[in-house]
Amino acid sequence: MAIDPEAQFHVLAVDDSLIDRKLIERLLKTSSYQVTTVDSGSKALELLGLREDQDVSSPSSPDKNEIEVNLVITDYCMPGMTGYDLLKKMKGSSSLKDIPVVIMSSENVPSRINRCLEGGAEEFFLKPIQLSDLIRLRPYMLKGKLKEQQPSQHQETNSAISSSSNNNSKSNKRKAMDEGLSPEKTRPRFSSSSLALVTYEETT
Amino acid sequence: MLPLCSRVLLSHPFSPMSLMALREQLNMLVNSMYIEGLLDQQFQQLQMLQDASSPGFVAEVINLFCEDAERILTELTKDQAVVDFQKVDAYVHQLKGSSSSVGAQNVKLACIQFRQFCEENNKDGCLNALNVVKHHYYLLRNKFDTMLQLEQRIQAYDSKQQN
Repeated sequence: MAIDPEAQFHVLAVDDSLIDRKLIERLLKTSSYQVTTVDSGSKALELLGLREDQDVSSPSSPDKNEIEVNLVITDYCMPGMTGYDLLKKMKGSSSLKDIPVVIMSSENVPSRINRCLEGGAEEFFLKPIQLSDLIRLRPYMLKGKLKEQQPSQHQETNSAISSSSNNNSKSNKRKAMDEGLSPEKTRPRFSSSSLALVTYEETT
Repeated sequence: MLPLCSRVLLSHPFSPMSLMALREQLNMLVNSMYIEGLLDQQFQQLQMLQDASSPGFVAEVINLFCEDAERILTELTKDQAVVDFQKVDAYVHQLKGSSSSVGAQNVKLACIQFRQFCEENNKDGCLNALNVVKHHYYLLRNKFDTMLQLEQRIQAYDSKQQN
């Protein structure tokens, strides 16, 4: 598949579930991000150029298996290395610590959420992820790019972005802790010729 | 009680049913699945993600879900004499996750109940819960099969029209 020239940001998605990888890939592509998916934390680290037994990228093979990512989104519950373990590894690496990390989980466990946020995760999303969740990612990726391009000027813009992202984190914490969604009173109407286009009736 | 148009569809698979009638049938099927609790809002999300650039997305996700679910149900059906609650719980957790991602509401709820029994180390509860999950899964799968067949016919009709 051709790389979309419009896509500025590259997201690495980590999830051991094939269905969830498919979903997150579709969600991210729909939001115009470039996507790479892997099924484990160790594969993610490998792709990022960090071997599990190292704290710095290997200088002997800087471009081998290494990709540029603007954000990592990872599932929490994975066999072997959890999303939290991956987060800590990245934050403990001088080359990877500035890459924003977002964690997703199907379980709403406040202590888990706090632990991840305190560990340096930018956001914690409850699964299933919605398109509207991904809109929150842009500021983190922008912040990363700015840091990379204009290290001397990043101070001002950084504080503006981080105050808005702090608000996002707080409201996301509330989102993560609230139970479920309220049922919609009406359903959207579409006009297509397949499953993508189904019209709905108003519910009572 | 199936409406007349779908009885015609089932008995004469090659009759030139109009595109509009096919769409109507698909809409009615999907709506009924929402009303009966087989599907929830998450399935709507999937539908929204399907577009011209990924016309097979919903079908692909449904197929992946069904393969995964059947693999898990097969594993869970083995060795019912001795229940390894941790192992069973891990499988049910997986199935709960994928059913949640697909919008398979009844299956997801049945999995949540099932995990409850695992936590309580309740063997009879688990065996019963497995049957409940299977019941909801196979009900759903039958409707998914019909849904995908209808979608295929609609999409084929569309491309025929364009030729």
